Amino acid sequence: MELLKSIGYFIIFPGFLFTAVVGLLASWIDRKVTALVQWRKGPPILQSLYDIVKLMGKETIVPQGSSRLTFLLSPLFGLSAVILVSTLLWRTIISPSTTFLGDLIVVLYLLTIPSLAVIMGGFASRNPLASLGASREMKLILAYELPFILVALIPVIKAGTIRMGEILSYQLDNGIVIGSLSGIIGFLVAILCMQAKLALVPFDMAEAETEIMGGTYIEYSGAPLAIYKLTRAMMLFVVPMFLVCIYCGGIDFGHGWLHILLGVLKYVGLLVVIILIRNTAPRVRIDQAMKFFWGKMTGLAIVGIVLAFLGV
Amino acid sequence: MSLKLKALTKSPWVFHICTGSCNNCDIEILDLLTPRFDIERFGMIKVGSIRHADVLLVTGAVSRKAGPRLKRLYEQAPKPCLVVAIGSCALGQGIFKGSYNMPEPVDKYIPVDAYIPGCPPKPEAMIMGVVKLIEKLRGK
Repeated sequence: MELLKSIGYFIIFPGFLFTAVVGLLASWIDRKVTALVQWRKGPPILQSLYDIVKLMGKETIVPQGSSRLTFLLSPLFGLSAVILVSTLLWRTIISPSTTFLGDLIVVLYLLTIPSLAVIMGGFASRNPLASLGASREMKLILAYELPFILVALIPVIKAGTIRMGEILSYQLDNGIVIGSLSGIIGFLVAILCMQAKLALVPFDMAEAETEIMGGTYIEYSGAPLAIYKLTRAMMLFVVPMFLVCIYCGGIDFGHGWLHILLGVLKYVGLLVVIILIRNTAPRVRIDQAMKFFWGKMTGLAIVGIVLAFLGV
Repeated sequence: MSLKLKALTKSPWVFHICTGSCNNCDIEILDLLTPRFDIERFGMIKVGSIRHADVLLVTGAVSRKAGPRLKRLYEQAPKPCLVVAIGSCALGQGIFKGSYNMPEPVDKYIPVDAYIPGCPPKPEAMIMGVVKLIEKLRGK
């Protein structure tokens, strides 16, 4: 019975099915808001689902001379990592007392795997442009991971614990982390790192449609491409939710529907901020991105950490 | 109609191949993405890689160099894949008919599912052509 229950956690709620549905909805919000910003009408609400179903029905081409197994398996690595993160995160949100020590570290590790899967797939596809994209993605990971981990430490310092459940309950008692100066600094840095993590426009040089034609995804077609698209949609749900959790107090299920609505609004608000950044910023070069993350962002994050230690 | 085809008609991703046109048709194709026409309403987006394509938009009277490449691109596209020939040149070579460097029109190289005439066709005409193609797929 226990086994069935945990399988249910992974496959139905809050794992694969739930995350996929909300993620596809989030990617529809992304496209719709983008369209509204550009004074267009935008696609219908089921558009992301149509795309996935269509790609599932298309032929899958494996390029000649590519590493077949790696090419076909790497999308699945990314997908399974996102499912694990989502399960951990929602178990924490629903019942903060059931989590294990150091789950924050596990979540940070698992959030890197989708990018690693993209890199593996890009290099395995034996396409020069895909290799270029993959090498850019690799540099980008090196760049944004440092400030991202630093700002993930600010709530840890504030709450004095490395359990996500305890960070959540700390915020319930003492007010949310973003209410303090160090929290605001950390959150700003975290939003920009998240933009790079989700490969959205100022930092999308790994795929750069207009420059290297889809970059790492260039050789993918059919079902593997559908899995990549699904992973990206799910990341669009999971990563902002993670930040809402450690910075804005997550979704409070204990105190009536108004608090749940507020939690959902926090997520949607953050999502719209991401989309607006994506629509108003041009793409930067990889060296500019590295300078930006290792210079300004890391500096700000360190300032935030010092402030958090001082209790500001 | 199968689920596969239904989903295809709901989100046809287009890939644009220019086989030596004067770029007039190409500009009109880009017009479709502007706020005035906004084909993303129908789920159409322009993709960068041929592997993601569902519909190939071919413009231009195929030149001697472009012919084999057009054929190769068609073979690289994952099936099911549709081809739309846009503009007088792609349909019947237009003013280049009989020219020494334009051996044959598009439909002698690859199978074409829809023809959209005009020099260049209006964006409305292109939307009309694609609607007709989708109706044909749905078997109406």
